[in-house]
Amino acid sequence: MDEQIEQFVFDFHKETAEISTGANDELKLKLGEFAGPLDLLLFLIKQEQANIFDIPVARITDGYLTYIRLMKSLDIAVAADFLVMAATLIEIKSRMLLPRDPAAAGDAEEFEDPRKELVDQLLEYEKFKSAAQMLYERSTVEQAVFQRGAIESDDNNAEISATVFDLLTVFQKIVVRHKDQVTMEIEREEVSLSDMIKALKKRIFDEIELNLLTFFEEMHTRRELVTAFIAVLEIVRTDHVKLVQKKTFGDIFLKKVEAAAPEAAGS
Amino acid sequence: MTEPEIEQTETVQSLEPEVDRADAPARSAAEVMSIAEAIIFVSDEPITSKTIGEIIGEDKETVQAAVEELQKEYEERGGGLQIREIAGGWQIATRTEYHEEIRKFLKTRPSAKLSLASLETLAVIAYKQPVTVPEILEIRGVQSASAIKTLLEKRLIVTKGHKETVGRPMQYGTSKDFLIQFGLKDLTDLPSIEDFEDLVQAA
Repeated sequence: MDEQIEQFVFDFHKETAEISTGANDELKLKLGEFAGPLDLLLFLIKQEQANIFDIPVARITDGYLTYIRLMKSLDIAVAADFLVMAATLIEIKSRMLLPRDPAAAGDAEEFEDPRKELVDQLLEYEKFKSAAQMLYERSTVEQAVFQRGAIESDDNNAEISATVFDLLTVFQKIVVRHKDQVTMEIEREEVSLSDMIKALKKRIFDEIELNLLTFFEEMHTRRELVTAFIAVLEIVRTDHVKLVQKKTFGDIFLKKVEAAAPEAAGS
Repeated sequence: MTEPEIEQTETVQSLEPEVDRADAPARSAAEVMSIAEAIIFVSDEPITSKTIGEIIGEDKETVQAAVEELQKEYEERGGGLQIREIAGGWQIATRTEYHEEIRKFLKTRPSAKLSLASLETLAVIAYKQPVTVPEILEIRGVQSASAIKTLLEKRLIVTKGHKETVGRPMQYGTSKDFLIQFGLKDLTDLPSIEDFEDLVQAA
């Protein structure tokens, strides 16, 4: 064996492990971690230059456990999945050590290689590991491609933001209309601003889009109307809500602004 | 005689054919090419031949042929730009050769790369969609919860309903943003997963 340090570097991503074998065969973890127990296993198999279809389970298990111990000694948290695999390997190893059941000796078909399931899993995993590499390369290429930024158009600005003055205009309309209505000023419980805000938030949550005219018209007293107006200003200022006017001089709506959420539609 | 110009402030709420070309002279192929080029340039998302056709009043085959011809011209010219098909539509973009100079100009860095775990998870989802978390676990042999969270945040994957089995687990699939970020026309643009099997045997 060479005196020089053998280095196995996964060079497509800095975060993957670099394990260097010192002259005295001591495994030294340099940096990073494997993406999972299967990743580590594949590495060990390659390092052993073993045939994946005839894995030397005892040696591989030893290497695997050494790595786990190393992680622990370096105070790296070992994910549960790594331990599950360790247990699996030990189990396979012991099954391989057991003598075959002489009663079943005649039927070679029935004897299942205890490694089979693991090998199948490793092969399947390796396909996706390669696919991940492919995706990485593709994204690197894509990062070298640029397109021009969005040009502001009516379509991507379809809803012209209503200004406070537009809002005042709507409000004024209602106050005037209100004056003409005959309302019995019955002593009623004052709706506080915080209650109004709460009620408004609930309305928006339920209806997504709320026509302000409709909302203001529901107010019974002048005081409520003013409270409602302030509530609208407050909710626009602080919450995920925006004022929207689809047409110039059109109705103003309060619209819920979606927080970043997964899209419902896919490609 | 001529209709008054449509004011810019009126918004187009749906994409309806705006032009009635019944009485207008037919356009030449070159004209269609130029118009399509202008529209593709302005569009901030990849745009289909069908959509372009609807806007300008041509059928999508005409537009498709025109854009393909345009694409050839761009190639022959060998300039700084290319026309390509991505995420199901056409797009004008810069050629990869000039990314360094462009970065100098834009003063941006390449965005953070995905971790190996995220890339693997993404690969599984891309090829096996719709796929559930346990199914991903089976292939990767490791929990993918944080990778999935990252991928959802980056809008590379989306939920695609529930699997009708015990527990009705959530299913995931890739999004349009995935196609765009990885330069794919559509999912069939991905190399077959079996191609990777050959690499495995050779190793």
